[in-house]
Amino acid sequence: MNSENMVYIDNQPVELSGEQNILTLVRKVGIELPTFCYHSELSIYGACRMCVVEIEGRGIVAACSTPPTPGIKILTNSPRVQRVRRTVLELLLANHDRECTTCERSNNCKLQDLAKRFGVRDIRFGERDVKLPIDDSGPSIVRDPNKCILCGDCVRMCSEIQGIGILNFANRGFKVQVTPAFNKSLAEVDCVNCGQCSAVCPTGALVVKSETAKAWKAIHDNNKVVVAQVAPAVRVALGEEFGTPAGEIVTGKAVSALKKLGFDKVFDTCIAADLTIMEETTELIDRLQKGEADAPLFTSCCPAWVKYAEHNGSELLKNLSTCRSPQQMFGSLVKRYWAKELGKDPKDIFVISIMPCTAKKYEASRPEFEVEGVRDVDLVLTTQELSQMIREAGLDFNALEPEAFDMPFGFTTGAGVIFGATGGVMEAALRAAYEMVTGDVLEQVNFEAVRGMAGLKEAAVNLKGKEVKIAVVHGLNNAKKLLEKLKTGEVKYDFVEVMACPGGCISGAGQPIAQNTEVKKARAKSIYNADKLSQLRKSQDNPVVAKFYEKWLQKPNSHEAHETLHTHYTTRARISGEEIQLLNAEKEQKVDVAVCVGTCCYLKGSYDTLKEFMKEAEKSGLKDQINLHATFCLENCEEGPSVRVNDEVISGITPDKVSSLINTKVLDELNAVKK
Amino acid sequence: MIDSRTKLDSLQSVWKAGYDKEKARILICAGTGCIANGSLKVYEAIKAEVEKRNAYVTVEMLLEGKEGTSVVTSGCHGFCEMGPLVRVEPGGILYTRVKPEDAADLVAALMEGKEPVDRLLYRHPVTGAVYAEEHEIPFYHNQERTVLGNCGVIDPEELREYIAKGGYQALAKVITEMKPAEVCQEILKSGLRGRGGGGFPTGRKWEATLMSPGDKKYVVCNGDEGDPGAFMDRSVMEGDPHKVLEGMAIAGFAVGADEGYIYVRAEYPLAIQRLKKAVKEALDNGLLGNNILGTGFNFKIKIKEGAGAFVCGEETALIASIEGERGMPRPKPPFPAQSGLWGKPTLINNVETFANVPIVINRGAEAFRSIGTEKSPGTKTFALTGQVANTGLIEVPMGITLREIVFDIGGGLRDGKQFKAVQIGGPSGGCLTEKHLDMPLDFDSLLSAGAMIGSGGLVVMDQKTCMVEVARYFMNFTQNESCGKCVPCREGTKRLLEILERAVNGEGRAEDVEILEDLAEAVKDGSLCGLGKTAPNPVLTMLKYFKDEYIAHVIDKKCPSGECKALAAYAIDPELCKGCTKCSKVCPVSAISGEVRNPFVIDPEKCIKCGACVSTCPFKAIKEG
Repeated sequence: MNSENMVYIDNQPVELSGEQNILTLVRKVGIELPTFCYHSELSIYGACRMCVVEIEGRGIVAACSTPPTPGIKILTNSPRVQRVRRTVLELLLANHDRECTTCERSNNCKLQDLAKRFGVRDIRFGERDVKLPIDDSGPSIVRDPNKCILCGDCVRMCSEIQGIGILNFANRGFKVQVTPAFNKSLAEVDCVNCGQCSAVCPTGALVVKSETAKAWKAIHDNNKVVVAQVAPAVRVALGEEFGTPAGEIVTGKAVSALKKLGFDKVFDTCIAADLTIMEETTELIDRLQKGEADAPLFTSCCPAWVKYAEHNGSELLKNLSTCRSPQQMFGSLVKRYWAKELGKDPKDIFVISIMPCTAKKYEASRPEFEVEGVRDVDLVLTTQELSQMIREAGLDFNALEPEAFDMPFGFTTGAGVIFGATGGVMEAALRAAYEMVTGDVLEQVNFEAVRGMAGLKEAAVNLKGKEVKIAVVHGLNNAKKLLEKLKTGEVKYDFVEVMACPGGCISGAGQPIAQNTEVKKARAKSIYNADKLSQLRKSQDNPVVAKFYEKWLQKPNSHEAHETLHTHYTTRARISGEEIQLLNAEKEQKVDVAVCVGTCCYLKGSYDTLKEFMKEAEKSGLKDQINLHATFCLENCEEGPSVRVNDEVISGITPDKVSSLINTKVLDELNAVKK
Repeated sequence: MIDSRTKLDSLQSVWKAGYDKEKARILICAGTGCIANGSLKVYEAIKAEVEKRNAYVTVEMLLEGKEGTSVVTSGCHGFCEMGPLVRVEPGGILYTRVKPEDAADLVAALMEGKEPVDRLLYRHPVTGAVYAEEHEIPFYHNQERTVLGNCGVIDPEELREYIAKGGYQALAKVITEMKPAEVCQEILKSGLRGRGGGGFPTGRKWEATLMSPGDKKYVVCNGDEGDPGAFMDRSVMEGDPHKVLEGMAIAGFAVGADEGYIYVRAEYPLAIQRLKKAVKEALDNGLLGNNILGTGFNFKIKIKEGAGAFVCGEETALIASIEGERGMPRPKPPFPAQSGLWGKPTLINNVETFANVPIVINRGAEAFRSIGTEKSPGTKTFALTGQVANTGLIEVPMGITLREIVFDIGGGLRDGKQFKAVQIGGPSGGCLTEKHLDMPLDFDSLLSAGAMIGSGGLVVMDQKTCMVEVARYFMNFTQNESCGKCVPCREGTKRLLEILERAVNGEGRAEDVEILEDLAEAVKDGSLCGLGKTAPNPVLTMLKYFKDEYIAHVIDKKCPSGECKALAAYAIDPELCKGCTKCSKVCPVSAISGEVRNPFVIDPEKCIKCGACVSTCPFKAIKEG
């Protein structure tokens, strides 16, 4: 050993080999320094002060943010170190809402773990003296500031990995809080419900909204046929909750458990994934033929990504595949066709998705996925929620006899399974596109270039002389970077897969909480293994899918398929719910008029347009028939000032045109109401 | 445009001649303290009076060849206690507490060559001696004003006056004669240490930034002076802004930066206004900007207004704030010299440090070292406040004793009160006691006493001050100003405050004594940045030097100084009580009872310690304690 490159940890010599910080070095020698705010994927924050060590001659330092220098003598358990660590724990516990027994994260909480590990029995300080309101406004995530230890993990996750940044710190001193801007609720901000904040939260301050009670209620309702669909990523993670090694496939046991819980049918979402491939690949080929103007095509399986696109890129919505996600395709097929075959009214079928994902809860609740008051997917449970139900029912998961999925939605291909990992949708689509374009049989089905954990994966695929440029990104910040490069023209692609969670669905926030990337890698490996072992590995080879087309859907992208399997998007770039009402129509026959006072329209004089409206409404005697609002952005900034009359946006309404607008459009609308 | 060193030199001699030739100058202090006391009205009145007399009048410095009186608004003289201050040249006569109606007498005395106006001269509060000339007043006599040398003497809004006094000569010397490494070496040799509180050797910071690889580097001036009661930096920025700019430009040359930021809190509007004007004038005259003095050296300065977060005085938080982020410190390393503003190597020094730079260059490192102590050369400014006769801004050589500051410069305690302690360094510092009175003050001696120079607040306290309450006051300040990032500071200061509040409210518990000390040590050890690491200092020094007082609060439920109302206990001395019934009538809670002409008694259970009886008793029979 080279003595110039040595440090001493608790008097033991250790050789340095390029460690970036003392924390990794100490952990390497088998000493588990405790941390709250250190995550290898996130930037170093140095705030929790749990990983402190003493360096002789230098005093106490945080191991995470101090690089080791040769010759230093590190003490990991000196009296001073112990005092800081125990005090920090005690201080955190003093200010923590210690309702452990009823906490979502009980037994899965870092604060609880460390309190136990360091034997904190007595807290010398006062109790938490405020009870802040809990935010459960969103469809997926519940935020309880009373349990927050302000480690900032969620803040960094949301901004550094997801590129969104809806959470940040506010206030000073003891009043500091992690909160969305202006103390808004999660439902009011650009949160995409990916839930990665909750996946890194060490306590119960950010948790997935639990809906197991609704599931039980449906199961216990004798009038309902309760149908489960199980997403591909669930099968490689559910076992972890019951002590199996990370990544072990437990498909059969999951089916068996669901049956025992009382589900009438247990189906596989993978078959809907095969269907997605048929639809999306057809759409891709169509776009490729139309040429560059329509490129690239973005995948739309990930609801968090779809919402991100709706918030941040109204101009790219036309590039987003119109295909519904496999979850929604499944729900649509079951409610529209399968119910009929069963002789049931769709409202008596209750579809519960078992998903690795928190955003799927939000997706299922989107208004467009409903036919005559009946939801396509009634309820979404995460892998964690399912494991909770299994425990509640007292099932010995590991002893369960594996069972097979029910037919017809149980027949799947390897292509459907790999949807669970980043690059999987792309690979499955390429397997289909090759055969659809060339007419040849694809022998080598593995596209290694799109696999793995690299943040951006790019490849060029030759389809019968036509080179198709593809990219795969996961983690929305990677998507954000890619979009910027697309905008500047730095890169060009034909087809892009985006998954919001780093690693894809296997790392979804509904999965058992993974402490490190190794777990995620094991899950991905298992997914590809399942694909390898599948008899059929291409979506287009799925005979049941072929049958669906024959029976119900005609052919990919047919009118019927469009009705059932495709969707549309809405821009969400603007502040909503912040209109200012100026006139309140009292008569029953009335018309809504909104004048845009967003920046562009305002600069073009929309404020004068608004004043003119007030004046003209009075003059024309229609004051009590016009609901007049000032609104923020009608998305037609180029041609402002814009005015919305009922649902129609009319642009270029300078003050001099107000009078004629009232005499034409506004009166027309009023007359229409009369009739 | 001053485009060469020769041009600067010739202008200086011309302007200096003009400056010296002035027959008379009346300088009205326009520092924040004096303005608050009405000095602008005094300025108007004096100006009107001068105009009425039709003297040679300009409101600016006189140009060469003309003689007359000029009325100038100057920067802070430091003796804020006695403001508004008016200084009259020649003669250096200092008038104190001047009112607008004094203008006629004051101008008459000057124009007619009469004796100075006696009623406006400074009178020593203890000896009663009258002083006419500023430098003779004990407050100034014992000071060593170099950094503050121009403050109160020149018009801070006039570049010409700064140049007349030798301004920008140091910059000219550096950029025409020296190499960057030589400049760093000179600063290192001078032994100059950071005046922001920590006392890190300035030259080492400069060298580290110079050595740091990178094409783009920054110089940042920390003007986020946030300690309660401290206003040294504000006075320099208000009274001599060009000195700060010159120091920064020299630093820019030395470390290879072409851009600088001055971070000033928005609560210092006058400092901001004067700095902005100074930057503009320097830019217009070619002393900042591109190709300074024709040497090819470029340096620009931007002013950034801070929103008043105390923590932004911490260098990494300050940098984050300039970048538009929330002002929160980040772990070091990397140090700003390696990765600072926008990730570029950044030199960050305090206002007073930069103001010392031209002095070091002009006088040379050796001469600089001749003042102060070996390890802490030079001078230090302090804001002297509290129970001392003369309060204000002072500048003293390092190594001066506390006794000299309190009793010579400060004139001893007010109204014959007895000295108890000084709190030095604000919320990051600690208290020093009678036994420290003869200790030479420098960076290291204060650290070993458990305090620190901090930014230089110096509060003198008498026997009536409760040290537990002082510790509570500062803990309340740091708790409110903690950025909330690291656990020991955010949660620890809250709990320290909780324990101290219990003590002063008479709810202390026996175990608190041990918990307080243990927690204070943990916060000191465990915190992320300087704010948290020093936050327990007031508590720890209180425990070190006044532990009895704390124990009296917690165990005996008594406040020995009598300051903590909740702990006060009132009793009637039966020897003195004549049974006049006055006290029982004034008591709002009917806690006092007795028979007429017999001694009365106070029921401690009912008493709310309002003190109303004490001031009512004609026989001084009611005792507190």
